[in-house]
Amino acid sequence: MAVETSSIAGEPHNSFEEVIAADSQPEIHPDLALVERAKAGDTAAFEQLVRQYERQIFRTAQHITQNREDAEDITQDVFFKAFQKLDQFQGNSKFSTWLVRIAVNESLMRLRKRKTSKTVSMDQDVETDEGSIPRDFAEWRPNPEQNYSQAELAEILRKTIAGLPPGFRTVFTLRDIENLSTEETAAALGLSVPAVKSRLLRARLQLRERLSRYFRQNNEASK
Amino acid sequence: MNCTEFLSKLTDYFDGQIDPALLTEVKAHLGTCHHCEVVVDTTRKTIDVYRGAVNYEFPEELSNRLRAAVMERCLASGKLPNIEVKASTKPAGQ
Repeated sequence: MAVETSSIAGEPHNSFEEVIAADSQPEIHPDLALVERAKAGDTAAFEQLVRQYERQIFRTAQHITQNREDAEDITQDVFFKAFQKLDQFQGNSKFSTWLVRIAVNESLMRLRKRKTSKTVSMDQDVETDEGSIPRDFAEWRPNPEQNYSQAELAEILRKTIAGLPPGFRTVFTLRDIENLSTEETAAALGLSVPAVKSRLLRARLQLRERLSRYFRQNNEASK
Repeated sequence: MNCTEFLSKLTDYFDGQIDPALLTEVKAHLGTCHHCEVVVDTTRKTIDVYRGAVNYEFPEELSNRLRAAVMERCLASGKLPNIEVKASTKPAGQ
């Protein structure tokens, strides 16, 4: 659902009541009302925002860090930072996109701490050509995932996505798993739309290449 | 359209953001190139299998615990004045 929120940022003198009373602006996202109430000191409104997005933020953090405990800590940190910086949210993007952006930054920071000797960023490995050209042209079995138990499949998918560079994993997570639009993904990551498309293509192709080991016809390696 | 040109349009093709003239070219290429046809089929399956299978657990207990911790930290920060304290640990949906 596309929501036009940019008009809010250009009307700083309108009170919240004036804004929501304006029938001519039916496109105002309900989150903005909650944000305005939270800014005014209504913690119940902020708690409602937490309730709405905690699952998405947790999943995003878990996808990127591949660690459940980290995801719990990050989820707390994201909402606490959002609360502290609520005044900086101007409504130029969706509130959820703003939260996801904080979550991505916190998650990448957590990965950096974990790998102190290596740089972890959205740009890592982007300059390489690895995985940008398909090499495996084997057809897959029909419904190949049904050849594995739920636990086996989960482990295959976890291992496969964990092998992607963080920048590619993050783009794939937001775009293909969390179902953000290309534009929302770009906004959340601070990237251009062409950069998102490029990384998404390479993420998809690399995952495809790795999954093919398990899903291809006449596969001898999987079971 | 050759395979390299086809690959460069793959993201737009999957996302349905391709103009009709180019779509015709893409489909024509797919009709003649088995390798690219396999790449399309298996890449689409890759996306589908992740969308369908990745479902991290987020139980009610975790939801309540995280939300309570967040609200406790927010209130303890003392950032907002005149707050009607409603930071609850009340489970969602109750």
